[in-house]
Amino acid sequence: MDSVKTALLPELRVNIGPLTLNNPVLTASGTFGYGREFADLVNLNRLGGIIVKGISYEPRHGNPPPRIIETACGMLNAIGLENVGVEGFLREKLPYLKNLQTPVIVNILGDTVEEYARLAGRLDDARDIAALEVNISCPNVKKGGVAFGTDPLMAADVTRAVRQATSLPVIIKLSPNVTDVTVIARAVEEAGADAVSLINTLLGMAIDVRSRRPRLANVVGGLSGPAIKPVALRMVWQVARAVSIPVIGIGGITTTEDALEFIIAGATAVQVGTANFFQPTAAEAIITGMTQFVRDNNLQSIRELTNTLQLD
Amino acid sequence: MSEFQEKAPIISKESLTGEVFRLTVHSPQIAESAVAGQFAMIRVQDSLDPLLRRPFSIHKTGADGSVSFLFKVVGKGTAMMAALQPGMELDLIGPLGRGFTRPVTGSFSMIGGGMGIAPLFFLAQQLLAVERAYSNPPVLLGAQTQAELLQLAEEFVELGFPVHTATDDGTLGHHGFVTELLDRILTRVQQVYVCGPMPMMRIVAQKCLKAGVACQVSLETHMACGLGACLGCTIPAAPGGYKHVCKDGPVFSAEEVLWTL
Repeated sequence: MDSVKTALLPELRVNIGPLTLNNPVLTASGTFGYGREFADLVNLNRLGGIIVKGISYEPRHGNPPPRIIETACGMLNAIGLENVGVEGFLREKLPYLKNLQTPVIVNILGDTVEEYARLAGRLDDARDIAALEVNISCPNVKKGGVAFGTDPLMAADVTRAVRQATSLPVIIKLSPNVTDVTVIARAVEEAGADAVSLINTLLGMAIDVRSRRPRLANVVGGLSGPAIKPVALRMVWQVARAVSIPVIGIGGITTTEDALEFIIAGATAVQVGTANFFQPTAAEAIITGMTQFVRDNNLQSIRELTNTLQLD
Repeated sequence: MSEFQEKAPIISKESLTGEVFRLTVHSPQIAESAVAGQFAMIRVQDSLDPLLRRPFSIHKTGADGSVSFLFKVVGKGTAMMAALQPGMELDLIGPLGRGFTRPVTGSFSMIGGGMGIAPLFFLAQQLLAVERAYSNPPVLLGAQTQAELLQLAEEFVELGFPVHTATDDGTLGHHGFVTELLDRILTRVQQVYVCGPMPMMRIVAQKCLKAGVACQVSLETHMACGLGACLGCTIPAAPGGYKHVCKDGPVFSAEEVLWTL
């Protein structure tokens, strides 16, 4: 049995706070466009959820090129949060998405706490959105460009503002570029987050030795792909032990085995990101693989696997 | 326009020189729906190294469902492609992007530099009927040296297109840049198609603009997804902002592009 039926089996169902997903495999923001880009290659209705490219209130052009460079088992990106803006999203992108059976989660980003709140309020009015994922790795322009997600107080402020502006489930996407991600995780939990997702990309760079110039126009970019998986996995494990809200694991997930590692470490669900670029069918293959795993191991449900890391 | 992911068996591999190769695969869905100027994202190995697919313009297709790619070894991905053998499989996604559009009137010319010649052959295949009807000016092909240029020029001629060549070192045809051959042609055409290094395309774009001739260019850049999702493949656009080479291109009207070096 394959296709949509596999994805709807009760043994794959998971809950992210008030949100129920048919299976724990979602596509990560920034790696799946607004969904439609993959429609010819992927059965979108099999996915547990689609998280769209991050939306800011006004459209953004993004950074000058070069924006991407491949690295060992990974890639650096400095896209610059190019997006169509909230009105553009509602007008041009959501109409297609709402015809899908798959839950659509909108990733939001802002320069100020107020922008996050405005966005959340605007999207709260829209229908056919299942949840918001809040990208707090953005620079807070009112605090000298320090990223919201690096400071527990700022992270909590954003969370609270979004929480008050919407009744949609709120997932806070954590930055790994911090000393102790559990501090941020606890702060956003306390401020009202329904769930956390981690990790966002790790800061990195690459240099062209012939020209002695950075490979990215922005100099620094975000590292993603299989190379970051061990770091992501460690952080998911740490955060899952620090908070009671569900954790969604992200970071280099390419295969079923990768996804299962995150679930054992404490994740309720996972997001597939960079893998969508080189293997668009990666998320679907993981859903199939998980079903097989549940059967082979006589589990009632994938939920039994969350947080089952054996120590000693 | 439909896109497909196909596991395409390699039918043949030719080496035109020590560095230039042509791979032909059996990829019927892509062969049938591709338009000249489109490209495929190729996974050169089923491995995490290299991680990302590589974009290759479609060089040639056959009624038998064959698709060919022409490339020079310039890095890791192309070196791996060159090492592949018939019988192995290539994982392709395509056809992608916006291709060339037919000339509005009959008269057109194509000008290719180096590996930019690759997509122009597919264009020649698709414009064959127009060529026969209108007896267009010669196709202009240039390279640094004779090497693969001779064989490629012969293939255009076999198809029915006269060719003029140019080489930097004078080993074949005009001794100089292929763009120098364009001037005498511009009075006879209303559409030019060009593909080659950026500086070459910039010169052609400028000449065409001055002569009031429409010009379509085919660009390339680093890509991650090739599908319009990652937003990594931008180029600066002429009125401002950015365009995405994989989705808005790779073929652009010359005026859409902000030409810097």
